[in-house]
Order: sequence, then C-alpha cells, then structure tokens
Amino acid sequence: MAAEREPPPLGDVKPTDFEELEDGEDLFTSTVSTLESSPSSPEPASLPAEDISANSNGSKPVEVMLDDDREDLFAEATEEVSLDSPEREPIVSSEPSPAVTPVTPTALIAPRIESKSISAPVIFDRSREEIEEEANGDIFDIEIGVSDPEKVGDGMNAYMAYRVTTKTSLSMFSKSEFSVKRRFSDFLGLHSKLASKYLHVGYIVPPAPEKSIVGMTKVKVGKEDSSSTEFVEKRRAALERYLQRTVKHPTLLQDPDLRQFLESSELPRAVNTQALSGAGILRMVNKAADAVNKMTIKMNESDAWFEEKQQQFENLDQQLRKLHASVEALVCHRKELSANTAAFAKSAAMLGNSEDHTALSRALSQLAEVEEKIDQLHQEQAFADFYMFSELLSDYIRLIAAVKGVFDHRMKCWQKWEDAQITLLKKRETEAKMMVANKPDKIQQAKNEIREWEAKVQQGERDFEQISKTIRKEVGRFEKERVKDFKSVIIKYLESLVQTQQQLIKYWEAFLPEAKAIA
Amino acid sequence: MTKEEFTKMKQELEAEYLAIFKKTVAMHEVFLCRVAAHPILRKDLNFHVFLEYNQDLSVRGKNKKEKLEDFFKNMVKSADGVIVSGVKDVDDFFEHERTFLLEYHNRVKDASAKSDRMTRSHKSAADDYNRIGSSLYALGTQDSTDICKFFLKVSELFDKTRKIEARVSADEDLKLSDLLKYYLRESQAAKDLLYRRSRALVDYENANKALDKARAKNKDVLQAETSQQLCCQKFERISESAKQELIDFKTRRVAAFRKNLVELAELELKHAKGNLQLLQNCLAVLNGDT
Repeated sequence: MAAEREPPPLGDVKPTDFEELEDGEDLFTSTVSTLESSPSSPEPASLPAEDISANSNGSKPVEVMLDDDREDLFAEATEEVSLDSPEREPIVSSEPSPAVTPVTPTALIAPRIESKSISAPVIFDRSREEIEEEANGDIFDIEIGVSDPEKVGDGMNAYMAYRVTTKTSLSMFSKSEFSVKRRFSDFLGLHSKLASKYLHVGYIVPPAPEKSIVGMTKVKVGKEDSSSTEFVEKRRAALERYLQRTVKHPTLLQDPDLRQFLESSELPRAVNTQALSGAGILRMVNKAADAVNKMTIKMNESDAWFEEKQQQFENLDQQLRKLHASVEALVCHRKELSANTAAFAKSAAMLGNSEDHTALSRALSQLAEVEEKIDQLHQEQAFADFYMFSELLSDYIRLIAAVKGVFDHRMKCWQKWEDAQITLLKKRETEAKMMVANKPDKIQQAKNEIREWEAKVQQGERDFEQISKTIRKEVGRFEKERVKDFKSVIIKYLESLVQTQQQLIKYWEAFLPEAKAIA
Repeated sequence: MTKEEFTKMKQELEAEYLAIFKKTVAMHEVFLCRVAAHPILRKDLNFHVFLEYNQDLSVRGKNKKEKLEDFFKNMVKSADGVIVSGVKDVDDFFEHERTFLLEYHNRVKDASAKSDRMTRSHKSAADDYNRIGSSLYALGTQDSTDICKFFLKVSELFDKTRKIEARVSADEDLKLSDLLKYYLRESQAAKDLLYRRSRALVDYENANKALDKARAKNKDVLQAETSQQLCCQKFERISESAKQELIDFKTRRVAAFRKNLVELAELELKHAKGNLQLLQNCLAVLNGDT
C-alpha cells in the first residue's frame, strides 16, 4: 500500500511504513500547531503537509522503526485529536509523514490511470488522508468482540442482549478494556446515526446486519431448538463483523456516537429503528422517492473514473450474488450429506449387529463408527463454509449496496448544484428585466437574491468537489479492504478444507486394518 | 455458453459417463463370476453359449404378455409366501437361517437406501464446487485488482477438488452402495430359496396327510404313495442344496464385503491424500503470493 508512495528503491512495504512514521515524529508538533491555527477549512492544512513532504524527503534515510516509537507517535497524535472538533479529527490525527506527492498522487493498491487526472488540491488531501489511514492501519489497536448472547425479558417484549467487549490502547477511550451490554436495535441505531452523518458526504458506512422478524419471533417465543440457537449465533457473528468493520474506518472511529456506543453503560433506546415507527415509515417513503429520483436525474459525468467505477461495482455485485448463491447451495448440500451420513452410520451399525459372522460384524460396526465421525466432520465443514465464505459474500453484497448509495448521494449533490446554477441564472434574468423596467426596489431585491444564489452555487460546487474527493478516497480504501478481506478469509477457508481432509485420512487409515482383518 | 463453459460441460459429461460405465461393467462382472463359480450353474449350456458365441446374441426382451405373467406370478408367490412362512421348520439350521435372512434383508435394504442418499448428496456437493469454481473464475477475469490472480488460482483449485470429490462419490457408490444393493437382491434370492423349500415342505406334509387319509379310506393309496414319495424326494433334494447354497452365500458374502470394504477404504484414503496435496499446494502458492 505504501509502495506507490515511496520512491522505487524502498521495495518492502512494512519498513517504509515505520520509516514514514519515524519521520513524522520530528515534524509532528509543527504541523499540529499550524493545523490548529486554521480550523476552518481543510485547504490550509494541506500546505503544511506539502512543507513536510519537502522536508522529509531529505530525512528519508531514517530507518529502524521500533514498536515503542510507534506507540508514542500515535499517542501524541491522539492527544491532539481530542482538542479538535469531530470534523477536524481526521485531518489532525493524520501523521504528517512524507506525502511523497512528487511520485504517484493516488496511492491505491493498483496504480490507476485515472489518478493522473486529479487536480492538485486533491493530491494533498488524499495523501494526507491515506497516510492517516495507513498509520491507523499499522497502529490499529482496537479489538472488538461480541459475545454472550442472553435473553432478557419474556414473551413478545423479550430481546437478546449481547456483550460488546473492547480492548484498545487508543487513548481517546477512557479505559483500555471495557465491555457493555447492547441489544440489536442499539446496533441499528448506531448505524442510522453514522449513516445520517457520513453517507451524504461520501463516506462508505458499513451496513448493519438485517432485521429478521421470523428469527427473532422464534427466539422471543422461547423455542430452544437448534434453529434458534443457530440464528442467535449467526446474528452475533454478524454484529461482531459489523463493529470490526466500522472501527477499521479511520473517520468513523473518531465519531463520538461510536465511542458512546462502545463505552457508555446506558444507551438511549433507538426507537426509530423499528420498522413500523414513524421514522421507519419516513425511511420507506424516502427510499421510494430516491428510487424515482435516480431514474430522472441525468448527470453529465465529467469524470470517467466515476462512471468506470460504477460499472465495476455493478459487475462485482452480480458476480458476488452468483457466487453467494452457489456457496449457499454448497452449505445446504453439505448439511444434507452430514445428515445422510449419520443415518447411514446407524443403518450400518444395525447391519453389523444382525450379521452373524463375527469379524464382518465387527468391521461393519467399525464402518458405522467411521461414518459417524465423518458426519461430524461434514457438519463442521458446513459451518466453516457458512460462517467464513457465505457470510463474507453476503457482507460484501451489502457493502456494495452502501457504495452504490454513496455514488447516488454524489449524484444528488450534483443535482443540487445544477439546480442552484439554474436558479441563479433565472435570478440574473429577473434582475436584467427589472433593470429594463427600471424598478429600483425590485432591482435591489433581485441583487440580494443573486448574491444569495451565487453563494449557494459556490457552496454546491464545493460540496460536489468534496464528495467526489471523499468518494475516491473511500473507494480506494474499500478496494484495499476488500482484497485483504477476501484473501484472508479464503485462505482460512482453504485451511479448514485441509483440516477436513487430514481428519478423513486419519479415520480411513484407522479403518483399513479392520477391513483387512475380516477373515 | 462460452467456449470454456462448453469444454467444461463436455468434460463433466464424459466423466459421468465413465463413472456409470465403470459401475455397470463391475455389476456385470460380479454376476458372471458368480455364475461361473457355482458348481452346477457353470455347467449350464446357456452360460457356455453366452461366453463363447462370438456373434450377436439376439436376445428378445420380455413382451407385454410375459411381463403381465411375471407380475401375476409375483403376486401369487408373495401371497403364498405369507401362508407358507407360518409353518415351523423341523430343522434348526433352516429355522435359524430364515430368521436371520429376514432380519438381514430388511437391514440391508435400509442400509442400501441410506447409502444411496449419502452418495447422492456427496455428488451434489461436488457439483456445487463446480459452480463455485466457475463463479470464481468469472470474478477473477473481471476484477482488475491483484486479487484477480488469487481468484483464478482458487477457481482452478475448486475445479480440481471437484473432480476428486466427484470421484470419491462415484467410488463410494461403486464400492458401498452397489455392494449393499447386490446383497439386497442376493438376500432376496436366498429368501426365495427358503420359500421354495418351505413350499416343498408344505407339499410334503400335505402329501403325507393325503396318504394317511387315502390309507384310512383305502382308495388311491398307490397314487398317494407315489406323490408322497415324489414330494419327499423333492423336499430332501431341495433341503440339501439349500443348505449348501446358504453356506456358500455366507462365505461369499463375507468375502465380498471384505473385498469391497478394503477397496473402499483404500480409495477414500487415496482421494483424501490427493485432495490434501492439492489444497496444500494451492495454499502454498497463495500464501507465497500475498
């Protein structure tokens, strides 16, 4: 990841990361002070980064990153962070490591052609943000676990409470290890808060697990069968993954709502996540309105990058859905196989009992035992299939929906800008008309309106630029995460397959001499 | 359908055909060996003609009339079987064999059905691997990040693994399911033999009763006597050969189970080792890349 930002001689990724941070250590204080002095807009902040890049290019040779140095560095960063407002945090917390802007401006995993077309301000912002996220990625020191689902209450008002445990060394949290009890609607509430704050500015907020009326009703009613325990386990794992993904996002990690969610023992009940509440219905209406708008907005895409990306995500979505369907079928068949193997094992045992030749009878009983063990194996493999592979795919299908949502927000933003421009034009025409008709009071009014709309147009343009910038960065991050995620999960899955085969070998090797012993 | 999908499907069909062919051939072989090993059947002229005649044997399949005849014969036989099975046998050996066979037959039927279901699920799981492989391949070719190589490698792995899994399922089918199916029919044939013997016994006893009645009435005594003699001979002959056959049945059964179970275990081992090798190679390559 850092490779693109480093000059070619530094091949290996890890050392360079540390190296950058090492450099940053010296220059950090100066940067922070500059940043703090100009809290209003991100633009000035980019300049210090540029300075630092110039300086640090010279101090590149500093090598040997030690763990303690790294921690200290980050500690410094976080201290500064707490003084600033939430929006500023992403900027401040970034390590002002050598942006290396002269090299490749867009540090995505795969160097893209479109990156070269980016305008200057974007480069600095992005590199700064990337450094920050990369720094966070290296010093990523927060572990979240969701465990101990327990049923609280009774009857239809019952719900499952999950224990959310956080282990961290980030100093923005008051303790290094703490846990709270949360219920499912709390998670949904967190997601809706984050979404309302960040989605429309272009951040990809990880989607929360889906509601399931059937599943929850079974749990509420109190059926203690395997399907309800499976449901609870599935949900617990999904909530854990959801939180882990959310904290991996550097911007979201700084959000006070998230911190409150993780830390505070009492959380106000998120009522408007209920499907039939007022907020729920409002959400549904909005969704419908959005769908209609999407069809009517015709955007002039000036940037081919976005068009290409959207197409890519469409394709990816389709492929993932197909793959997901196949994997689900595999899970289903493996469960079937496990059940059938168990049935066969019992049947073989009975056959062995009724067989009157002793050696054969013993061999058949052995066969029954082997098959029973294999059935267990198949069941475990089915679980692995599901929890590793299938859930990963469904998570990503939902994430891509979130990404598409972000692209749609950008379109809406553009639409607002366009509308502002059109209104401005109209106002100008009105002014011209007034000039001709020579009505002084109306002219003044028209001038006021023009000024107002000019400001709006400027704001619209700025917003649009900002959202485009953020989206590019987010998409880059998303791609990186996706690659990492897929690789690690698939490798884990393959390892589970390896284990299964090894066990199979053991079992059959134990059986073979028994079979040979039949006289 | 793209060219790759087409070649893939062609390979799949070929593999399936090969598996079915192997299975059918094995069944035929077992049947012929069985006939050849039997001291009396091996001398049958039909058998010799079957083995030696090097031109086309024009065998006519059963026409409708014959099929209907068979159906009625079966009905009658099963009804009769119920009547006859009520008769208690004098000979311990045959009594034991009867109870044994009844139980054994039922359990083999159960085991055979379950084994069939198991091999079928195995096969559908292997088919799923195939679909996953092609989806991964599509993902790999369409993706532009460096994960595309990763996907292509995993897709390749799934294709190969799938072939092995399909072979496992086919071998299980061959060694286990077919064995059980065969013994299902064999035990049914043994039961039929016992039925015939019981039938002969009943006839013998009836003939005895008829002879006694004739002697009491003192008419048709000679006729009754000859028929009783005939029945007696038939019964004794059938008892002798039945005993021999049932003993043979047991030895054959033990030998066949041993052979098939050993082969099953060896094949399962071979495939599991192959699978393991494949997975480990792939993991080594993938871990080396990342």
